[in-house]
Amino acid sequence: MNVPILQMRGITKTFPGVKALQDVTLDVNRGEVHAICGENGAGKSTLMKVLSGVYPHGTFDGDILFENEPCDFSTINDSEKRGIVIIHQELALSPYLSIAENIFLGNEIASRGWVNWRQTNLEAAKLLARVGLSENPVTPIQHISVGKQQLVEIAKALSKEVKLLILDEPTAALNDEDSDHLLDLILHLKGQGVTSIIISHKLNEIRKVADAVTIIRDGKSIETLRLDQGQITQERIIRGMVGRDLESLYPERTPRIGEEVLRIEDWSVQHPQDHSRTVVHNASLNVRKGEVVGLAGLMGAGRTELAMSVFGRSYGRAVSGKVFKYGEEIDTSSVPEAIRHGIAYATEDRKHYGLNLIEDIKRNISMAALGKLSRGGWVDKNQETTVANRYRKSMNIKAPSVAAITGKLSGGNQQKVVLSKWMFSDPDVLILDEPTRGIDVGAKFEIYTIIAELAAEGKAVIVISSELPELLGICDRIYTLSAGHVTGEVPIAEASQETLMHYMTQEKE
Amino acid sequence: MSALRESLGFLASRLRQVGIFVALILIVLLFQVLTDGILLQPQNVTNLVVQNSYILILAIGMVMVIIAGHIDLSVGSIAGFIGAVSGVMIVHWGWAWWIAIPACLLVGALVGAWQGYWIAYVGIPAFIVTLAGMLIFRGLTLITLKNQQITPFPDELRALGGGFLPDISGGTSVLEWLTVILGVGGTAAILFQSIKERRVRRKFNLENEPMAWFAIKTAFIALLMLGITFLLASYRGTPIVLIVLAVLVIVYSALMSNSIFGRHTYAIGGNLHAAELSGIKTKAVTFRLFVNMGVLAALAGLVFTARLNSAQPAGGTGFELDSIAAAFIGGAAVQGGIGTVAGAMVGGLIMGVLNNGMSILGLGTDYQQLIKGLVLLLAVGFDIFNKNRSGGSGSTLGKRFKWKTTPPSAVGEPQEPKPAAKTPVSVASASHPAQAENH
Repeated sequence: MNVPILQMRGITKTFPGVKALQDVTLDVNRGEVHAICGENGAGKSTLMKVLSGVYPHGTFDGDILFENEPCDFSTINDSEKRGIVIIHQELALSPYLSIAENIFLGNEIASRGWVNWRQTNLEAAKLLARVGLSENPVTPIQHISVGKQQLVEIAKALSKEVKLLILDEPTAALNDEDSDHLLDLILHLKGQGVTSIIISHKLNEIRKVADAVTIIRDGKSIETLRLDQGQITQERIIRGMVGRDLESLYPERTPRIGEEVLRIEDWSVQHPQDHSRTVVHNASLNVRKGEVVGLAGLMGAGRTELAMSVFGRSYGRAVSGKVFKYGEEIDTSSVPEAIRHGIAYATEDRKHYGLNLIEDIKRNISMAALGKLSRGGWVDKNQETTVANRYRKSMNIKAPSVAAITGKLSGGNQQKVVLSKWMFSDPDVLILDEPTRGIDVGAKFEIYTIIAELAAEGKAVIVISSELPELLGICDRIYTLSAGHVTGEVPIAEASQETLMHYMTQEKE
Repeated sequence: MSALRESLGFLASRLRQVGIFVALILIVLLFQVLTDGILLQPQNVTNLVVQNSYILILAIGMVMVIIAGHIDLSVGSIAGFIGAVSGVMIVHWGWAWWIAIPACLLVGALVGAWQGYWIAYVGIPAFIVTLAGMLIFRGLTLITLKNQQITPFPDELRALGGGFLPDISGGTSVLEWLTVILGVGGTAAILFQSIKERRVRRKFNLENEPMAWFAIKTAFIALLMLGITFLLASYRGTPIVLIVLAVLVIVYSALMSNSIFGRHTYAIGGNLHAAELSGIKTKAVTFRLFVNMGVLAALAGLVFTARLNSAQPAGGTGFELDSIAAAFIGGAAVQGGIGTVAGAMVGGLIMGVLNNGMSILGLGTDYQQLIKGLVLLLAVGFDIFNKNRSGGSGSTLGKRFKWKTTPPSAVGEPQEPKPAAKTPVSVASASHPAQAENH
């Protein structure tokens, strides 16, 4: 029964300055559904990219045996030829092409360069029947739901005679019904002999489909739990995912918490395109003067969506709910309004939403509050430079001068520029979304210190983070989100990684 | 010695800005030789200024639109339309020039507002809206003119295209003294301003150009100014349109670098999402840019009509391409965020000198177009090559091939950074596992 189909041994993958994977071992048996579990950033997707040839052979250390033969894939095509197909979380379908065209894209049924459409559509229909999708093969992809698109991806994989199907967070973008259908399909394919690897941190899903679970944490494979040995339990998985020591990487602070500054009530947000998905459900939370409040949640829990929709409706549609500041309802329906009411949101994705990378430091810092530096519409450049120099010094931004282009700075210094920008807008509430993402350890400590100082100045700070130790290290109170619901509110004294992870994986009906 | 090396190093880092200027000088010298000195004769220099003035006026608005990440294909048709409107107002209705000119500029503003509405508030790409505008306003030009030219215009309006500042010596001097006074005064003002700027930069601890480079550059600009002054003064003096152009360049350069509006324009072109999330009213800025473009196109139309002394059905045809070429040769980036008014002026002059020089040589429009096309291609190609070699980080190249991101409202999971490796910035952080993970 337990015949290995895939053996990965001693996989180590290094990016400049960081070990993303360290001596990872993964054994997958033929015909099983194998889940890979881990926190955001643990290295799950990197491991799958190593396996599928996205990172070519030679750019990592270690051995891969597939069906007892060594693999040295240099492109994703090589792995597909061997029957390993990866389906990424962001679907790779062309919206204007038909279902059939998408299934056979790059693999067309053709003779002498001319596509045989009849054959294409017939074959596509057969594949659609296998994945249980009753759609006409000539329907354009954009006319079917995301859940059905996911099935088309699987049909596409089947057309390549897949032996090992890798699904990266397959249900992250699906509603419950579509998720269930997808999981059933995985089990159905298992019956037909297709082995699957599924990356997920939804514990109920894992319990439903997985025969084995490998836990990855901080780039290392921790352990593999097997269903037939009765090892797959929620407690065991959570312990594996978070089991790490809290290091004293955080500045000391004594919180001086005052009155409530901001309160969000019954906040709901729909997905901008998929109207059947409610991304945030009736969320309520508050933050007080001098307090650092954490928002914990796994990928897709709705933290960023909540924050961005509050900040000037920058995300989603059909946003409903109320925002109160010092007890009075305020209008945050546009970004300028939100800023005027003293709210600042520093994005998790500073390259695309935070900085103008082709501009210099001073112009980025002044961007959100140019009005403070100008009279009658004319900017006082000298004052602008003075302000920028002040932040360069106080935030310890490492750059030759404030005229340096932000695109050339390191991640940590870019983040300090973003924080400077919002500090200069002089907000009462700062929402910091993944403030330490992509930043080295030394710079992280500096960011934590800045957050502590902001709180000490009496600002109300909300920190969104995927790193639980970070939240535990800097927050006074932590809210947990799961699938768009606020599932818990934990004072720091009662918070531990286990309790948080428990709430973060809780499903609310 | 080390100062020289420092200067050379600096020169290399500013290859683009310096290169465009050097290119202009080389082209001028080339045609000066090829035309046996006709190019830089006082009369021809005057012609050069007047002939190119309307393209340069358009290029000011165009580079602003391009900096914001848009394009305007309709400016030639708008210029032609306003020419027609001015003909009707002044020649048919007999309006005074001082009523007709503001009225025409107002019509230009309305035309710009029309296009700006579709672009900024409806969200149709500027390429489409202004392509439609190109047809719409050409059609309106023909309708207004009933397919016939309107002529002649009164002298007051014609002065806008072909007039000169008065001769204060009353015709007794070889040189036009008013021009000399303006030229020398202008040069002094530029010197003063550059030195002040340098002092301020030093005071605020900003990177400064090396002294040697600064001295050479400033001296060169001063000599150039004085040279042009001398040439103009020894013919008929300062063309009125040059004064108009100079005022526009000064005002718009200041606007783009020192005003909130200008800053917001750069911010929108550099990173639209970041600008929006910083509270910039991006739609209002875009709308105003096109209103402004409409006004400048109207002005260009008036100057052109005044110069020809007639409003013509085909007036302004092809202006859009010359002004777009001027902006790009002058260093503007296709994806926005980069460009200067001054650069667009140099770009426009390169096109102008090419036109003028080749016309003197008697080359037909066939070869003229061929050569102008190649120059545009080479200028932008050089730009990309240059930025590519220097690593591209945070550069024009990064802009030209900017990794287009979907706004948060269009992606499923906004936590997901797009494949960061495609953005030519900071490799170390781009491949950090926190980002490498999960996509």
